[in-house]
Amino acid sequence: MIKKNEVKSVLFAGVGGQGILKASDIICEVLIAAGYDVKKSEVHGMAQRGGCVTSHVRYGSKVYSPLEKSGNVDILVSFEKMESLRYLQYLRKDSSIIVNSEKIYPPAVNIGASPYPSDIIKNIKSRFALVCEVDAADLAKKAGSVKTSNIVLLGALSKLMNIDRRIWVKIIENSFPEKLVKMNIDAFQMGIDA
Amino acid sequence: MKVLMSGNEAIARGVYEAGVRFAAAYPGTPSTEILEEFSKYEGVYAEWSPNEKVAVEVAIGAALAGEKALAVMKHVGVNVAADPIFTVSYTGTNSALVIVSADDPSLHSSQNEQDNRNYAKFTKMPMLEPADAQEAKEFAKIAFALSKKFDTPVFLRSTTRVSHSKSIVKLGKPVAYQDKTAITFNPEKYVMVPALARLRRVEVEKRLEKLKQYAETFRENKMEIKDRRFGIITAGMPYNYAKEVFPDFSFLKLGMVYPLPEKMIRNFAKKVKKIYVVEELDPYLEEQIRAMGISVIGKEIFPYTNEFDPGIIENAIKKHLKGDKFPAQKIPSRPPNLCPGCPHRGLFYVLGKQKVFITGDIGCYTLSFMKPLQGLHSCICMGASVGMAHGMSKALKEKGKGKVVGVIGDSTFVHSGITPLLNMAYNKSDALIIICDNSTTAMTGMQEHPATGFTLLGEPSKQLDLKLLVSALGIENIKVIDPYNLGETKEAIKEELAKDGPSVIISQRGCVLFKRKNYSTEKPLMIDAEKCTGCKVCLGLGCPAISWKKIEPKEGSKQQGISVIDEGLCTGCGICAQVCKFEAIL
Repeated sequence: MIKKNEVKSVLFAGVGGQGILKASDIICEVLIAAGYDVKKSEVHGMAQRGGCVTSHVRYGSKVYSPLEKSGNVDILVSFEKMESLRYLQYLRKDSSIIVNSEKIYPPAVNIGASPYPSDIIKNIKSRFALVCEVDAADLAKKAGSVKTSNIVLLGALSKLMNIDRRIWVKIIENSFPEKLVKMNIDAFQMGIDA
Repeated sequence: MKVLMSGNEAIARGVYEAGVRFAAAYPGTPSTEILEEFSKYEGVYAEWSPNEKVAVEVAIGAALAGEKALAVMKHVGVNVAADPIFTVSYTGTNSALVIVSADDPSLHSSQNEQDNRNYAKFTKMPMLEPADAQEAKEFAKIAFALSKKFDTPVFLRSTTRVSHSKSIVKLGKPVAYQDKTAITFNPEKYVMVPALARLRRVEVEKRLEKLKQYAETFRENKMEIKDRRFGIITAGMPYNYAKEVFPDFSFLKLGMVYPLPEKMIRNFAKKVKKIYVVEELDPYLEEQIRAMGISVIGKEIFPYTNEFDPGIIENAIKKHLKGDKFPAQKIPSRPPNLCPGCPHRGLFYVLGKQKVFITGDIGCYTLSFMKPLQGLHSCICMGASVGMAHGMSKALKEKGKGKVVGVIGDSTFVHSGITPLLNMAYNKSDALIIICDNSTTAMTGMQEHPATGFTLLGEPSKQLDLKLLVSALGIENIKVIDPYNLGETKEAIKEELAKDGPSVIISQRGCVLFKRKNYSTEKPLMIDAEKCTGCKVCLGLGCPAISWKKIEPKEGSKQQGISVIDEGLCTGCGICAQVCKFEAIL
């Protein structure tokens, strides 16, 4: 458990269509089931068309703001490799980062006008103690569908959160139609083992 | 029961719990989900109206018939609906009428950042402002009670962060619906001709006095006295931000932002030494509080623009902007883009190559202003493209001949493009209007409208025939094209620009994300690496599925790279194959 009056935060970042909002919904339900007050913030609309998507999740005994301030996010979960760099100002030195290996080229890179940043992992590892790179698409395919990448990343995140695995499993079970449950539980476990 | 809800879901729930079963809206971020969620409740009537003005008028009619009614819109929608709103404030509502205004500080999905709290003062209507989902639900209920009690329309203001944040909501027991509808006549109250409106005008001031009294004891105007050295007056989401960083300060949190509780504010000012007014956008509270002769600190330290977060408030008050330890990295931006297979891409690829001024409008196609398409040159508000194209063509006279095009989506055309198109026929315009008809309201997430032939409640309905309508407005030159066919598109545009008088092209092809129409998905295309010369012409489409891959130049060749198609993204629309001169795309 976290201390009384303490609020922890997770920042999810990535690109529209990666299942970020679904993942952050699931983690909110998990946190509620674990007894926390939870607030989450996200932006819809324009972001759906391949733009940046972020979702803040904050939890503790009492949470006021759904948005975290710069320099105070505990864990960044970046669903796309380069996007991890876009939000470093939200982090502290002791923040943790989970980063997906997947690269999604923005328009400028697609047309060859600018390069996709190189050495991203090396770059963030030099600044933060805990950086965990996960090849979520690869693991998700093994679980049964590349669409479970978001749940693989939740599995990796769960290792940093100290919440009973049974709660995670129960909430994931409740979050999908029956025929997709096993695949997503497998994906979650692969994220834990990654 | 406690559930996780967004502010929008909570507003819908609160309205339902209040026993309300009637709502009208036009979709617009960040307001859209309110009506979508409301429409899912049992026994409700909910409609997408063609625009916000109609939605408010529909709700007024329902209220006058004795039904409690809701109208929902984004901030700029209130501008469209302002005409009926200002005057229904005079007439009162008979039953109850609540208007939701969802504002968008930081312009996440909007063309401006207007602060609609000003509308409350301007229209002399009370306005409630919740700070999270629980309050959103409760305030929706209070809004209906207030409307009934004071015979006034009531504003419920949300912002993007309230509408789209999720937090825990305790569900209440819905009030059972009671049918109190009846035809009643009261022309003195509802016929706003000058003689009668003058009388109602006086009633409005009387009502405002009563509302001021009410505000003094309103339970959602809350004083929290802690550290008496520092006080914060705030409302809505900024309360949560400020509370997060200054939990020990004293707070006056206003649940009702118009009219203000003057005595309560004076009382608060007596109790605390230094007062900060924490509000996003305009110094709306600040100016009114200063006018009471109370000295406060406001916009001299807080920004006028963009939404706040806890850090912005903390830095402004503590005045120690500590430099970011990890400055934002310079990486390529990731703007939203037209989807792979988007029918707008073909049209705007052709348009961008014409030497014409293209007045744009609100919708996904607005994104085509960016490189590489650069397919439109202005965007002001819903429907503006048509009137602007006409005005520009008239002003340019001969110079504008064949040089001015307006583009507008199907939903936007129905919203507010019809009247200016009528004007073009009537006033003998010479511009070309292109209706980008993708058979849905795509930008806000696939809402129905009159030209889709379905209602919000999912019922098939009379489908507006755009071609017939355009013809009935007096436009004689009309062409319907498929924007996947670049040759046809280019030819049609050239022909219509050459003609005298106004023309309309209906560029017709369903949104690629639109599920109901179930377009047969074509096989993804591939690039023949042997034939690709690396000319980059296909990259000019800005399709997310096509990218540039560098290669080592072969001996005797200057070719630096080739185009590559991502088969996971490609929908097989075939536009790129039409622009490739080397038949390298198959």
